[in-house]
Amino acid sequence: MASNEDNDEDFVTYGIPLEPLEEDEPVRKPVPVHEQTVKDEKGRYMRFHGAFTGGFSAGYFNTVGSKEGWTPTAFVSSRQQKAERQNARPEDFMDEEDFGEHGIAPKDIVTTDKFASERRDQIKDKARVVSSLAAIIPGDSGLLEELIAPAHSSIGVELLRKMGWKDGQGVGPRLKRKPRKQNADAGRVYGCALPPNASEESEEEEDEFAPENVTFAPKDVVPVDFTPKEDLHGLGYRGLNPLQALSGGSGPGHINLFTLDSDRATDLFGGRASGQQQSRGGIAGQAFGVGAMEDEDSDIYHKDSMSNYDTVYPPPDLPRNYRPVHFFRPVIDPTSVSPIVAQALQASRGQLSQDEPQQGRHKLDSTQRRDMLGETPLQDRERLSEIRRAAEDRKKPAVNLSSAEDRAAVVASAKVAALQALSNRFQTTAPAASSEAQMALKAWSGPTADASKIFKPFSKNPQKQARYDLYISKLKQGDKDALDSSLDTAMTEWERGRERDEFVRAALLYKPSNSSLSSRFTRGKHEEDTDSVEVARDQENDVDDKQSAVKMKMFGKLTRDTFEWHPDKLLCKRFNVPDPYPGSQVSQDATSSSKALPQSTSEASHKKSRWDVSEQASEEKGSLSVLQQNEAAFTTHADSAPTAPEGTVAQFDGKQKTGKKEKEDDEDDDEDDEDEEEEEVRPPMDLFKAIFASSSEEKSSSSSEDEEEEVVPPVPEATQNPAGCMMPVKPLISAHISRFPDVSKVMDVKHPPMQSIPSTENTMPSTHNAPAPSTGLGEEEFGPRLPPPGFVTSSYSPQLKKQKKREKDKHKKHKKEKKKKKSKKHKHKGKQKKRDEQSSSSSSEETDSNAEDESEDISARELLQRVKNLRNIK
Amino acid sequence: MAFPQPRPQAPQLPRHLLRTIDCKQAAVRAVRFNADGNYLLTCGSDKSLKLWSVSRGTLLKTYTGHGYEVLDADGSYDNSQLCSCSSDKTVILWDVASGQVTRKLRGHAGKVNCVQFNEEATVMLSGSIDGTVRCWDTRSRRMEPIQILDEARDGISSLKVSEHELLTGSVDGRVRRYDLRMGQLHVDFLGSPITCVCFSRDGQCSLSSSLDSTVRLLDKSTGEMLGEYGSLTLKLPVGKAVVQSLSFHPTESRLLTSMEGCVQVWGAEPEDADGEKEQ
Repeated sequence: MASNEDNDEDFVTYGIPLEPLEEDEPVRKPVPVHEQTVKDEKGRYMRFHGAFTGGFSAGYFNTVGSKEGWTPTAFVSSRQQKAERQNARPEDFMDEEDFGEHGIAPKDIVTTDKFASERRDQIKDKARVVSSLAAIIPGDSGLLEELIAPAHSSIGVELLRKMGWKDGQGVGPRLKRKPRKQNADAGRVYGCALPPNASEESEEEEDEFAPENVTFAPKDVVPVDFTPKEDLHGLGYRGLNPLQALSGGSGPGHINLFTLDSDRATDLFGGRASGQQQSRGGIAGQAFGVGAMEDEDSDIYHKDSMSNYDTVYPPPDLPRNYRPVHFFRPVIDPTSVSPIVAQALQASRGQLSQDEPQQGRHKLDSTQRRDMLGETPLQDRERLSEIRRAAEDRKKPAVNLSSAEDRAAVVASAKVAALQALSNRFQTTAPAASSEAQMALKAWSGPTADASKIFKPFSKNPQKQARYDLYISKLKQGDKDALDSSLDTAMTEWERGRERDEFVRAALLYKPSNSSLSSRFTRGKHEEDTDSVEVARDQENDVDDKQSAVKMKMFGKLTRDTFEWHPDKLLCKRFNVPDPYPGSQVSQDATSSSKALPQSTSEASHKKSRWDVSEQASEEKGSLSVLQQNEAAFTTHADSAPTAPEGTVAQFDGKQKTGKKEKEDDEDDDEDDEDEEEEEVRPPMDLFKAIFASSSEEKSSSSSEDEEEEVVPPVPEATQNPAGCMMPVKPLISAHISRFPDVSKVMDVKHPPMQSIPSTENTMPSTHNAPAPSTGLGEEEFGPRLPPPGFVTSSYSPQLKKQKKREKDKHKKHKKEKKKKKSKKHKHKGKQKKRDEQSSSSSSEETDSNAEDESEDISARELLQRVKNLRNIK
Repeated sequence: MAFPQPRPQAPQLPRHLLRTIDCKQAAVRAVRFNADGNYLLTCGSDKSLKLWSVSRGTLLKTYTGHGYEVLDADGSYDNSQLCSCSSDKTVILWDVASGQVTRKLRGHAGKVNCVQFNEEATVMLSGSIDGTVRCWDTRSRRMEPIQILDEARDGISSLKVSEHELLTGSVDGRVRRYDLRMGQLHVDFLGSPITCVCFSRDGQCSLSSSLDSTVRLLDKSTGEMLGEYGSLTLKLPVGKAVVQSLSFHPTESRLLTSMEGCVQVWGAEPEDADGEKEQ
């Protein structure tokens, strides 16, 4: 088979030949699909995912790293290399295979800018056009950049230039021009193929006289423009351009829809196109039928033209003063037009196709619209108010208003109310707005607001501005209805609501700067005035008086205040000074806030604080002590009885109290321990604050309580029986009681507001009605320790104060601080242990006061029931 | 005594500039004699506290540990401890020899203007711009103050401690005297913000300077004014800048003035004057 072998030699084989099949070999099973595995370059299995989930897996079966999971590499500090590291690129985090031909970011060789031809990047151009539309300066699509772009020519051009090429020349070996041949030579040729040099020769018309020995550069060849076809039109069909059609700019009536793409492109090159079009040699002849581009036989390939359409409309009726000047704004789709054209248009027009900011309907209010439309203003509103006024007038005689002013006021208020109601209907955010309005009022009503420097936010709309000014001026006067009254009633509700919001906002925004500052700072004077929480107001009173004293240089009594001050025990120890108030608990509290208790201010302080009472009381006490010790509770009753007005209410009151007390006393027996603790407990500071913060209020309330309490004394007659029969009499109670009446007397005389305190005490003896034993012992144990050296006057004061406080507390506590008291009792349980040896007088007194205290807690209904029971007993 | 006491001589004022020390710690906020007047402390605005010898003008130790400028300092009676306060709201107790911080006490809400030991250096009292005086225990390890005296309605500008009394001057225009022995607080209203207070040497009067550019001598017990000093007795040509602080020698007629970064020591024949003033 030599021929065969020859054939083999002749063949060229590609690829690896299959292994020849052996006959006896069993047919191999095809590998099943699930065993067909794909591995990547590194031998790792690759699993196929669905096309929608990303193609290949990542890592180990879609997990990280390896079979064992992610194995962290040892940490290596990159701190040292910090400076050297450039910005990380996405490539740094990609696998090698990603760069492969089928990777997600295939790397292929791309001509860089430098080597690229000067052909424009269409995508970039489009992007630029789009961005120009969104640019801050519309139409500025890097027009400037274009202008000042550096002269950049690709490397190819530069190379050519180096080789002697000049712009406008063709590329290739220099040629010798032959003298032009005669037409005869060019003889008529039929057929598809043109003679090889025909095209060249046809272009060499002008070079008539070329010397033999001169070579020429070849003619430049117009590159074929391969414009990709992007539309769905037929080949060569352009579609009807409405611009051309309507503006009538191009040609008289004839629109050629069949221009070649190349023509379209070469349009940009200007004049050449026309020449070419005319010399469209081509093949034209009957023998070949009708060419697609031939003029003849236009029936076959119909060229559309506007003249073919019968579009005759009757001319519109022109208004009289019509000026036939209309500037047609071409609408250009930047994507469909060549970027050069688009840019040129932009340059001429400023912007491509952007909506002009037009005045929206909502930017005008009804009056403006009304004015524009020339309507007459609505009368309804006026009529409404007229009706209302009439109704008011009708009502007027009934009300019998005295003066016209009153009437006007009523009318105005009614109006405002009506408006308010209306506006509320429309205002959904009424509360917020009103709070803002309040703020605005606060900001403007201040005396510091400067009228001359008001910002005019609505200067475009003079009417609105006028209304706003009115509003501001009213704000300054502190008018609360400033907003509503300054709005235009002729406007619709919705508009008014909107304007209201705007005004408030504007007022807040443009409020005078000093008022905004002043809202940030509180004035020192004010601080002084409002600093009523502390006892300080009582202490360091009357700064003005002192100031004047300082001015007169009358230092001394007038400028000095003296207070009781409780130094901490430890502080005394550290200073090697004995504790001035060894028994007092105040210093314990004082660690947290060492408010100096105003002490019996010496006679120096001309204005006395309420604390001064203690001193006076103690002074009085000296004279009355004998009396006080000897007399029983009866005397106090006698003393206080005359002052109290009598009445059934008083009786009832007393009964209530006693009834309560009896009940309490029964319960008290097991609570005695707890009650004892009440004795020495000094209420916390905030309690004092609560008491003294609102002194005026307190005074009034206490005075009202006075009346209530002072009524009590006649009670004993009424309640004697139940007291006697139901209660185990505790004789020592009177020991405590007896000490107070005189104090009460003193205070009754000198400090009317303080009356309530002792008089509550008075109620207690009345209930027990027990004979007073000698109180000397109780007094001794109960009283304070010896006064500190040089401290004479205040010997009694702490005790008294405490007592007083407790009394006051009763009024306060049953109002607000029941809980607090309870907890306090427990807290001081431990402390009180050491005082167990204290006389029973104090304890009983405690129970007593406590009884009264808790009695207040009992509900009114219960009380009533008890009173009824008592009457039954009687 | 057979002989009457000799009549006291007219006070000799420190007229002569003895020494100028360049402290090299930025502006010297306060300069203080120690208890016996042999050493002086300078509080620098560079957060350091320095101890100097008065007689030689040499730097003995620098104490660093504050977080901001040091505003005042005091030495204990036995020269074993120092206390200083700073704009960083802390009060620091120093060990003199080692220069270490023994205790750093936080609690004030604002910068601490003044600090003083009591006589036995068992308590440090610090007055702050937050209007409180805090009494810090130096004996225990407690970091909380023993007591807080918050009667002042404005910042405490100055503070002095005597045996059993505490005198504070406040910007609210009041001089407060806390009497521990009596358990009383005496408040004298002077009208103008107080810049500095001190006791007279006999302990019977308090001297206070206020922003109305007067110095008032008040009777301690009654609050009556004994004297008002607006006129000059002595004018020292310290320099052209602001005298930040001055300190008078506890026994001799010697005055320290601090201006900018320098401290000047002024001296005269030994004679005592009215204690310490500050501007």
